[in-house]
Amino acid sequence: QDLSLPNGTPVDTSSPASSSSLLNRLQLDDDLDVETRDLFVTVDDPKKHVCTMETYITYRVTTKTTRAEFDLPEYSVRRRYQDFDWLRNKLEESQPTHLIPPLPEKFVVKGVVDRFSEEFVETRRKALDKFLKRITDHPVLSFNEHFNVFLTAKDLNAYKKQGMALLSKMGESVKYVTGGYKLRSRPLEFAAIGDYLDTFSLKLGTIDRIAQRIIKEQLEYLVELREYGPVYSTWGGLEVELSEPLEGVSACIGNCCTALEELSEDMTEDFLPVLREYILYAESMKNVLKKRDQVQAEYEAKLEAVALKREDRPKVPTDVEKCQDRVECFNADLKADMERWQNNKRQDFRQLLMGMADKNIQYYEKCLTAWESIIPLLQDKPETK
Amino acid sequence: MEDCLAKKMEITVSEAEKRTGRNAMNIQETYTAYLIETRAVESQSEGQCSPVDSLWRRYSEFELLRNYLSVTYPHIVVPPLPEKRADFVWHKLSADNMDPDFVERRRIGLENFLLRVASHPVLCQDKIFYAFLTQEGGWKEMVNETGFQLKADSRLKALNATFRVKNPDKRFTELKHYSDELQSVISHLLRVRARVADRLYGVYKVHGNYGRVFSEWSAIEKEMGDGLQSAGHHMDVYAASIDDILEEEEHYADQLKEYLFYAEALRAVCRKHELMQYDLEMAAQDLTSKKQQCEELATGTVRTFSLKGMTSKLFGQETPEQREAKIKVLEEQIQEGEEQLKSKNLEGRDFVKSAWADIERFKEQKNHDLKEALISYAVMQISMCKKGIQVWTNAKECFSKM
Repeated sequence: QDLSLPNGTPVDTSSPASSSSLLNRLQLDDDLDVETRDLFVTVDDPKKHVCTMETYITYRVTTKTTRAEFDLPEYSVRRRYQDFDWLRNKLEESQPTHLIPPLPEKFVVKGVVDRFSEEFVETRRKALDKFLKRITDHPVLSFNEHFNVFLTAKDLNAYKKQGMALLSKMGESVKYVTGGYKLRSRPLEFAAIGDYLDTFSLKLGTIDRIAQRIIKEQLEYLVELREYGPVYSTWGGLEVELSEPLEGVSACIGNCCTALEELSEDMTEDFLPVLREYILYAESMKNVLKKRDQVQAEYEAKLEAVALKREDRPKVPTDVEKCQDRVECFNADLKADMERWQNNKRQDFRQLLMGMADKNIQYYEKCLTAWESIIPLLQDKPETK
Repeated sequence: MEDCLAKKMEITVSEAEKRTGRNAMNIQETYTAYLIETRAVESQSEGQCSPVDSLWRRYSEFELLRNYLSVTYPHIVVPPLPEKRADFVWHKLSADNMDPDFVERRRIGLENFLLRVASHPVLCQDKIFYAFLTQEGGWKEMVNETGFQLKADSRLKALNATFRVKNPDKRFTELKHYSDELQSVISHLLRVRARVADRLYGVYKVHGNYGRVFSEWSAIEKEMGDGLQSAGHHMDVYAASIDDILEEEEHYADQLKEYLFYAEALRAVCRKHELMQYDLEMAAQDLTSKKQQCEELATGTVRTFSLKGMTSKLFGQETPEQREAKIKVLEEQIQEGEEQLKSKNLEGRDFVKSAWADIERFKEQKNHDLKEALISYAVMQISMCKKGIQVWTNAKECFSKM
């Protein structure tokens, strides 16, 4: 199929390197206006499937597009986590010079979590939706063939099997197979990215631990509050004139308990998963950096081998030239993706942290309303009743 | 309210000081002394301040005063002292009597005690109380000279011993039951409140860790850095705010504690009535049996079994003279007993009347005070919520600038 850019320019996709460098030279980043955007993907409607062998959840993936790469303007398919995982692996294989967004964790290690609970499924749905949207927004990844099939195929399993067969037939895979070359030193800018990612992961890990600790402390606080409120009620039962005020305080504390429970739930469902996603993101990015190092190492090794031959050949062998191309493309792709990633990261965290602040504000507002509403009850004189 | 001492005199417990001295067993000990300052309230027109009198008292002297008042006015719900040892503490508060925060709260409690006594229509007129406030030397001797310890009924110490009263006053029984329940529920409330405070402290303090990590993170960021850094500062403010919040709440706990101890004072009045009723019934019973004995001796009929009666039957009757003598003694005792019973009845009726008057006064005071305490607690919670909203709104603004 011929790919063409939104402005009509045809693109040569015969070699992965050329497509990415061409596309990246154009300013296709996330600040697209809605009008220029031509691909919309949503993940929703989780459904449970009970089969003899297993029980699993599928999600509806809806696509709306005007791109020529798609036969129809709309698609609706059902996919399960396995399929998303397959897609991600395929993207990593076929677009090794790019940063592939992370998926939510595959296995739920903490035994207490129910894989089929509403909260867990919803959290996962949001993460899968984010995953596809990030790919959609990427100028190269969104045109990936596997992504297209993922969005459109009625029977994805058939395609998966076909892909495996093709792979075994072909002697060479699209992978950048580089064998054991050691890089002497990372160029400064990539070293800086590496350092940044290391510190970034560390800090996020710390924030994750703090957030978890806060939730734990809040739940323990909630346990005590749940005992505290009813004691006022018991007391109210002993009294005559103080009966209503004491009942009022008891009910008020009950309302605060509800508000606190909601806050902890929100933090668990909305805040922690996004943090963890970014930690996974950073990890996969570090791996891409390593791959880049490998490609550069191969190039440098081959270049050195040529230099050692001491032949006065002005022409550099094509073999080495290809390596040089690869390094340059990798570097360009990575740099562009890094910039895009940094921008997205800033927006994501801005939204995430503002959301956290918002939830806390809402919690305090609910409690404030509860306490303010009982002041008139407490001040009420029996004569006025 | 009649003109009670509180209206004529300003009373404060203004200072607390650590002292060392030798106690009754000549052992060196450390204790805290409290400065009581008093000043006559001048009429507004004069515009000059009268001089302040002051003297030092230690906790044990306050205890002595209260014991004296309890014994001397058994029908009065005597205001309680602040706790002797720190109880219901949450982990950050010290249980140490020498801890400055504890001493400070005790100082306030002692002042409150004096003001309560000074505003009580009956207790404020007591001379021993007045001397406690104004006479430094020789006060202890003065109290002991009243001989109040002799009046103290040792049976009152056995709090849970039951005295089988045949005709209990229903009102007092109900009131005693109420005071038991009140003590139980307030203790429970104070215990849970302390745990709640502990947990809340934990929640706030952990947020302080955000401050540090945001700061560290901001160091590697370009555009996000400032927003993160300033948000982190607000997290520190949030974490620090809990100390003042919980300190203020201690005041509420102290108000509850006062009524926990007041419940005990209320129970004591019921107990005293119970004993009084018991003594009355015993005296009446004794009188009845003496009258019966007298009758039997006079008529020669034995209506009730008595060992004496049996032995005299077995070993021979008494002489008429002996019998006469016995009857005379009994008649005297009966007369005494009847007079005693009359005065006991009168005493009992007076007790009930004045006790109920004070109990009604106490009920009104309790309802008023506890309502005020609940209002101030609600106000504290409102203030805490507003502070929370403020801090998170500030943090949100910092995040929005990321």
